[in-house]
Amino acid sequence: MDDLLLEYLPILVFLGIALGLGIILLLAAAVIAIRNPDPEKVSAYECGFNAFDDARMKFDVRFYLVSILFIIFDLEIAFLFPWAVAFQDISMIGFWSMIVFLGVLTVGFAYEWKKGALEWE
Amino acid sequence: MTEIFSQLIAKVEIVTADLIASNFGLALILIGQGLLMAVFLLLSAYFLIYADRKIWAAVQLRRGPNVVGAFGLLQSGADMLKLVFKEIVVPAGSDKFVFFLAPVVSFVMAILAWAVIPLNDGWQLSNLNVAILYVFAISSLEVYGVIMGGWASNSKYPFLGSLRSAAQMISYEVSIGLVIIGVIISTGSMNFGAIVAAQDTEYGILGWYWLPHLPMLFLFFISALAETNRPPFDLPEAESELVAGFQVEYSSTPFLLFMAGELIAVFLMCALTSLLFFGGWLSPIPGLPDGVFWMLLKMGFFFFIFAMIKAITPRYRYDQLMRLGWKVFLPFSLVWVVFVAFAAKFEFFGSFYARYLVGG
Repeated sequence: MDDLLLEYLPILVFLGIALGLGIILLLAAAVIAIRNPDPEKVSAYECGFNAFDDARMKFDVRFYLVSILFIIFDLEIAFLFPWAVAFQDISMIGFWSMIVFLGVLTVGFAYEWKKGALEWE
Repeated sequence: MTEIFSQLIAKVEIVTADLIASNFGLALILIGQGLLMAVFLLLSAYFLIYADRKIWAAVQLRRGPNVVGAFGLLQSGADMLKLVFKEIVVPAGSDKFVFFLAPVVSFVMAILAWAVIPLNDGWQLSNLNVAILYVFAISSLEVYGVIMGGWASNSKYPFLGSLRSAAQMISYEVSIGLVIIGVIISTGSMNFGAIVAAQDTEYGILGWYWLPHLPMLFLFFISALAETNRPPFDLPEAESELVAGFQVEYSSTPFLLFMAGELIAVFLMCALTSLLFFGGWLSPIPGLPDGVFWMLLKMGFFFFIFAMIKAITPRYRYDQLMRLGWKVFLPFSLVWVVFVAFAAKFEFFGSFYARYLVGG
């Protein structure tokens, strides 16, 4: 158990180093560079006219659809990972049940396709 | 003379062993290794920007950077210094904390994925048995940097750019995951060392995974382009439509962090392509010694391909991009996973798809 956790220690240390590096770089400009904001400079970017309204507006529902589809397929991949690692040891039942699972998912995928969930125009 | 030398080596070994045994020594070694990796990554980012610009320029019959230093080698350093001396502009309506968190997340996640990437046999910070799952998990967190940056800016272009970018990145992640599954089935392990060892046959270059998984190599590489927002899939920062995507409101070092993170993520994809399909540090010709230079050579080569694709391909349209991701890549990689599973289980081609059979 300890050995298993010890393998993750370098990652924790590396996370600290990466975080430190990022913050140092970020602060470098905050310390060195001058800061002289004015209303024009800090206003949101627009092409040719003043920015109006809050930018966090309504957007296309398709982005939600894509993220939902992503969750389904990413979950499927998460199921596949342990199956693939243990592939050489699993029995024929294990093998075929995953193939059936993939088949069910493919039916769902075909349905999505037919319903036009994958269309962008 | 040799006696003194061997005594010295023995002494150093004892000291090193003591150092590793103590907690303080272990911490020191871990920090040292981490710093070494960070320096390697920053140095490669420094020269990759230069190489990218030079290759792009050469394709367009320009000279590229050639003023600062010999052959313009110091150009990246000059650019970095310029960015550090620039004013940080914080947009008035922005969410300040998230605005600064976004570039840090994007930079840290890009670097963190390298903790498990081996450059040679055993040359990695952490030899995880779930290494490739770890890389997959960390690289999927990179989406957060993009979406937080776009949202926190509270400006219309970044907002639209980040939505596009997030949708694009997650779409192609699915096919990358399925490609990885195929490789894992062939290997029977998620450890990079084991994946490379499985490609170590007596046939050299012909024993690597690019041959059995040839269609997936192309699929993986194109998905890697989309995943890292590189041309021809650089829609999040399509200059002519969205100005610069989620980076519009960023200036100075936050912008530098985004750029560095993006470049390091590209380099990570080069490393993954080398490890998964081109045998990592193995030599292509049987008989030649394996080593870290093969790995660096392969990564450099794939970065060259990245740069060439940037120079010679026109940008995709967004609906084409999503169609390619969901209607071509996803079904194709899914079918390929099933094919590899059958080929490995029933040994269609002997141990061609099932390397664990020969105990590679």
